[in-house]
Amino acid sequence: MPRNKKELVMVFSRFERFWHWSQAILIIAMMVTGFEVNGAYQWLGYEQAAQWHRFAAWFLIGLWVFVIVWHAITGEWKQYIPTRRGIMAVAKYYTAGILDPSVPHPYRKTRMAKHNPLQRLAYLAFNVLISPVIWISGLLYMFYNDWYRTGLDGPVGLGDVALVHTAAAFAMLIFFVGHVYLAAFAGKPFYAYLKAMITGYDLLYINPEADGDRKS
Amino acid sequence: MSGGLCGSSPPPGVRRAAIRAWAIVLFCCVCLAWLVPDGADATPRGGIASTGGWGGPPSESTADHTKFEELEGPFPDGPSVTEACLHCHTNAAKQLHDTTHWTWHYDNERSGQMDLGKRNVVNNFCISIESNWPRCTSCHIGYGWEDDSFDFTSETAVDCLVCHDTTGTYHKVPTEAGRPDPAIDLVEVARNVGPTSRENCGACHFNGGGEDGVKHGDLDTSLNEPDFALDVHMDAEGLNFSCATCHTTGGHEVTGSRYAPNALDRVGIDYPGHTDDTRATCESCHGLEPHPDNSKLNDHTDRVACQTCHIPEYARGERLTKVGWDWSTAGRLDEDGSPITIRDERGYILYTSKKGDFAWASNMTPEYRWFNGIVEYVRMGETIDPSGTVTINTPSGDVDDPDARIWPFKVMRSRQPYDVGHSVLALPHVFGKDDTSFWNNFDWPKALEAGMAAQPIRFSGDYDFVETETYWPITHMVAPKEDAVGCNECHTKGGRLGALTGFYMPGRDTYPWLTLIGWSLAGLTLLGTIVHGLVRLIATLRRRAG
Ligand code: HEM
Repeated sequence: MPRNKKELVMVFSRFERFWHWSQAILIIAMMVTGFEVNGAYQWLGYEQAAQWHRFAAWFLIGLWVFVIVWHAITGEWKQYIPTRRGIMAVAKYYTAGILDPSVPHPYRKTRMAKHNPLQRLAYLAFNVLISPVIWISGLLYMFYNDWYRTGLDGPVGLGDVALVHTAAAFAMLIFFVGHVYLAAFAGKPFYAYLKAMITGYDLLYINPEADGDRKS
Repeated sequence: MSGGLCGSSPPPGVRRAAIRAWAIVLFCCVCLAWLVPDGADATPRGGIASTGGWGGPPSESTADHTKFEELEGPFPDGPSVTEACLHCHTNAAKQLHDTTHWTWHYDNERSGQMDLGKRNVVNNFCISIESNWPRCTSCHIGYGWEDDSFDFTSETAVDCLVCHDTTGTYHKVPTEAGRPDPAIDLVEVARNVGPTSRENCGACHFNGGGEDGVKHGDLDTSLNEPDFALDVHMDAEGLNFSCATCHTTGGHEVTGSRYAPNALDRVGIDYPGHTDDTRATCESCHGLEPHPDNSKLNDHTDRVACQTCHIPEYARGERLTKVGWDWSTAGRLDEDGSPITIRDERGYILYTSKKGDFAWASNMTPEYRWFNGIVEYVRMGETIDPSGTVTINTPSGDVDDPDARIWPFKVMRSRQPYDVGHSVLALPHVFGKDDTSFWNNFDWPKALEAGMAAQPIRFSGDYDFVETETYWPITHMVAPKEDAVGCNECHTKGGRLGALTGFYMPGRDTYPWLTLIGWSLAGLTLLGTIVHGLVRLIATLRRRAG
């Protein structure tokens, strides 16, 4: 099979699409309610905002537990292993090449390597930095009243936890803005990535050795 | 890349569809359960049975006092009634002699401040009892405290009737040192004694400051027959608690003193024989986790007093309470040299020559302070700093004090005389038919000279007026739970707890620098994507055109 041939391939399984979009909804809800708690605006009112925030947090935690298990079992976690190979070419593409419709994306996306080096870095940051920090600080925030059982009480105050949590929330917001732009508008055509995450199918290079039986 | 087992789209199967359907049903159930409002429980308001026995009719007693020969009279005066009571209740007077109701004296072991109590402290209403005895002691549980020479060991001087009258006819003359009105049929009263009622306690405690509702803000005669909205516990048609239902007594000692409040009850529900046998805290009936379906609220009980949320306003009854008193304007007379009294349209005094200007209020939002139960008093003769507002009784405690909780207070603000020469609060002699009392002569130097004559610090001769405040913890007039203070009233900028700093409160506090950096970076990112997108758009359009 010629290496340059692209084919329509199922890249995002039903489970992946489900978790991606539920995570999207939950994180938007958490941002909307969280930043209201933070006093950025008044919409639901503090009580409702905090309540929905805590409620959504449990769903998000539940979802993440599923997703982590899924990644561990399927080996899909390897999609996020960072690589330096080709990173400059991708960066150059997003700054210049993207302006010219005739310049193709330098990254040869395959089924088992569907994220380009920049994506890997961004998602890795999301997975191992922003998310865990938000989780841990959020849970500490939620169980503030039970700290005295842990001996944590004393050196760390609620204000410190709120500081970390809010900082991570801003990092999440910034990630979100960049991600939405790149994912929804930076494909060729501009909606290509979005479409893939909705339908599950994308045009990929077929790597016969590794992916031979994976198209569907 | 290699590895991984699945990822291909699963073959559609009936079993999977069934699992999905179940998952959706389950999810909907969870959502529904969440959406059912908290108030949907079927318990009627005030779900406990009425405890009529506490303030109930005397007929519940095993003794019928109308049958006692001792009580056939005649009784020429109060002490002769007491003598009759003591025939059977041999220890009663001795018990009362040990109570603050009798001594008006309190030594606070916790704070180390001695010689407190009503007889010694200074306030910013009528200022001080010393030298004004007969007026003030009309609320003493005794007969004849005219002056310093009162015999506190006299058993027959104890007034049993003021607390145990059930006829509603007994009352003390306001200016007669605790003696009852001679027109009262003391035989009738004595034959109809019973447990204390709201009216008994209220005769003095609703009238603190000399008039209905003046002093406390959460105690006035609306509590004689309150409805559910005014006080959920005393609701005359509901639980109908008397004062003693919570202010439990033992040997005539009443629990729940303002001089020694329990600001944080760690014991919880009071089991007779196991705990401290007092129900004068909310926790002693409601426990330490009183909100069965809201753990977030239970998370607050260690730092926020129940009263803070459940008494959203004070003076919620029919009466206004006094919130300001300016003594400095007192003594103004009209052209004929007669005293003036100005009232508002409801009859509340706004100005009177005897006392100066008054400010009144109802439905007031309390002020909130950290409070550990210790109140530090500026006692008679203690130096003050007249350059600022003098807090005469300061609630102790702060956020770092584990025994302190946030409590609601009525704050009474006054301008009152002080001795410029000695920098102490001045103690005027206001009441009395002599030529020094202020209410008779309107002469400050004379009144201060006479008022401070018996004090360790005598009047220097030079006086002026100083701003003062006193703190009155709010704990009565508990509102229905629907009216409790909501989360949003504190967890917001400029909310009810705006004056309390030094801790992080979500919804109120932020790190302004983080907010600035966070939103700036997010804004810049957004701007970057917009510019990037526009450049791409223009490039595409150009290329198409060209
Ligand atoms: C595991 C996930 C999370 C947990 C357990 C969690 C928990 C919490 C809790 C308990 C609060 C305090 C609310 C209150 O006042 O009661 C809070 C506040 C907040 N959360 Fe989260 N959260 C999580 C995820 C997120 C996410 C994904 C965002 C947004 C990207 C976010 C943004 C915020 C913000 C901005 C605040 C306000 C902080 C403040 O002003 O003090 N949280 N979170």
